[in-house]
Amino acid sequence: MAVVAKDGYVDIVRDRIENFHGNQLVFVGWDDHLLFSAAQAFPLPPEMPFQALISDAMASVFKDHPDFKKIDWSTVQWVVDGEKFKPKMDKSLRENGVGHKSLIRFKTPGLKGINGTRL
Amino acid sequence: MAAKRLNLRKRYELLTRGMGWETTYQKMDDVFPYDTFEGIKITDWDKWEDPFRLTMDAYWKFQAEKERKLYAVIDSFAQNNGQTNLADASYLSAIKLFITGVTPIEYAAHRGFAHLGRHFRGDGARIACQMQAIDELRHQQTQVHTISHYNKHFDGLHDPFHQFDRVWYLSVPKAFSEDALSAGPFEFITSISFAFEYVLTNLLFVPFMSGAAYNGDMATVTFGFSAQSDESRHMTLGLEIIKFMLEQHEDNLPIVQRWMDKHFWRAYRLLALVATMQDYMLTNSPMSWKEAWDVYFVENGGALFEDLSRYGLRMPKYHELATAEADHISHQVWSVFCSLGNATGFHTFLPTEEKMAWLSEKYPDTFDKYYRPRFEYWAKQQAEGTFEFQKGLPLICQVCQVPMVFTEVQTDPMQISYRVTEHGGDKYHFCSDGCKDIFEHEPEKYVQAWLPVHQIYQGNCGGATIPEVLEWYKFTPEDVGNYIGSRDHARWQEWKGDAAVDKTGSDV
Repeated sequence: MAVVAKDGYVDIVRDRIENFHGNQLVFVGWDDHLLFSAAQAFPLPPEMPFQALISDAMASVFKDHPDFKKIDWSTVQWVVDGEKFKPKMDKSLRENGVGHKSLIRFKTPGLKGINGTRL
Repeated sequence: MAAKRLNLRKRYELLTRGMGWETTYQKMDDVFPYDTFEGIKITDWDKWEDPFRLTMDAYWKFQAEKERKLYAVIDSFAQNNGQTNLADASYLSAIKLFITGVTPIEYAAHRGFAHLGRHFRGDGARIACQMQAIDELRHQQTQVHTISHYNKHFDGLHDPFHQFDRVWYLSVPKAFSEDALSAGPFEFITSISFAFEYVLTNLLFVPFMSGAAYNGDMATVTFGFSAQSDESRHMTLGLEIIKFMLEQHEDNLPIVQRWMDKHFWRAYRLLALVATMQDYMLTNSPMSWKEAWDVYFVENGGALFEDLSRYGLRMPKYHELATAEADHISHQVWSVFCSLGNATGFHTFLPTEEKMAWLSEKYPDTFDKYYRPRFEYWAKQQAEGTFEFQKGLPLICQVCQVPMVFTEVQTDPMQISYRVTEHGGDKYHFCSDGCKDIFEHEPEKYVQAWLPVHQIYQGNCGGATIPEVLEWYKFTPEDVGNYIGSRDHARWQEWKGDAAVDKTGSDV
């Protein structure tokens, strides 16, 4: 549907990728770890290797959780934009199909938050 | 011979209908260019039933009397150092959120009604909107005057209007009011007068004002009472406009229903802040959010919609979800504030044992199971000195602009509710089907949303670091962070001396 407006309606896409100075937005949510009340937003270069997404971006926030250092990354289950996904760690976000404003969710088998509370 | 005195109804008619005329030099459509494009069909503006029945002279007298009383109370509150009679200085976090988040909405409502007061074709509706425009301006003003007393003694109250336009969580009320303001006049009035003021206003005013009374804040109680008689008039206007639109033409029903669905959800999402205020920020809470929701929405709202069903209007979409969420939202939103308390313009604090016992009692199905563990964990961390505020910035809903903290309460309350859609090749994320539906109906409107986190990353908010952004918000280092250890806390202890007993958890 279109906006019902009196005159011609001009829409400005406020979050076009061009507005992020070479970065794209990537959202990352850690399932079963609700101490982080929401998924986290990161501005990252599309050329960033997936490995660096983990070691730089994700670690910068999630490392404060005691489960983070226990993660066995080979068993992590990834979902990108609703699809199951196996990242190629040395390939870039773009090559992995992680686009502007993609939502990455990850589950860490065996790790269910503080005392198994999913926090 | 003395002129015959007119009765009130007649005088009102002369003052409203009698003041309007059918224009001849210019076409009526050119004089009133805004009241047709939304598709609402009005066949006879004279069928408008005046909801206020208050003439301007009576209105001025009535309001002036209320002002005199209010300002007398404010003066005596100041002279008697009324701030020292609060239940606790941590209570002021609620007032800080109110002055930055609610007072500017009053001003936005003033602007909207002033526009309608010029642009509705019907003179009766115009006069009603003019009066409401003055009311809203008065509310904004009396709130600023009342709360300015606290500004002399406490942090975080100094720049509400500057902050309303910039701060991450204040984009929630700002986006709500600008959504309505940027719509046509009929949608604006449906949003503000009906969805917000008629259906949901009691959820804001009753708990907030009785909350103030429970916490020794007589200044706020007084402006609340002073505004209350206006609010009842506003509710009458809300109901009248809905009935008027529905009675005027059957084609109006689907449009009104869609606005009802949309603005109910918009207003409800905004009230998540109020729920949080009520359950967590008030030192003594008169009633829980869930109790208030059950009384004011489930019972009273249910009766209202039953009454409106004769016009074909049904309950707003997703109201069942809102009722299911009543057990959760205050805990979820307070959690995000506590974890980002280094960037809130009010002090955050963990609930005390006593508060948690109250929450367990009020939320027997959810608090102990889902929420107590996180507060206890954070309390343990704070006791050990290992607590840290969260370092990242959250994903925000494109429509309501609340960080996406809401969960799948009907299926799995520990699973965040994620919704997404694509438009013009870009992805847009939402907290709920309600917000997603709103976007999909008018994507061109919401692609323009000024989402605070994205704006920070675009470099539009003073800098890339938290201190730079906080400075751009005009948050001082004293405004933010935990209550205990804050300047407000120190001042309170100094006033209270040996009688100082902390009413919050959290330690630094």
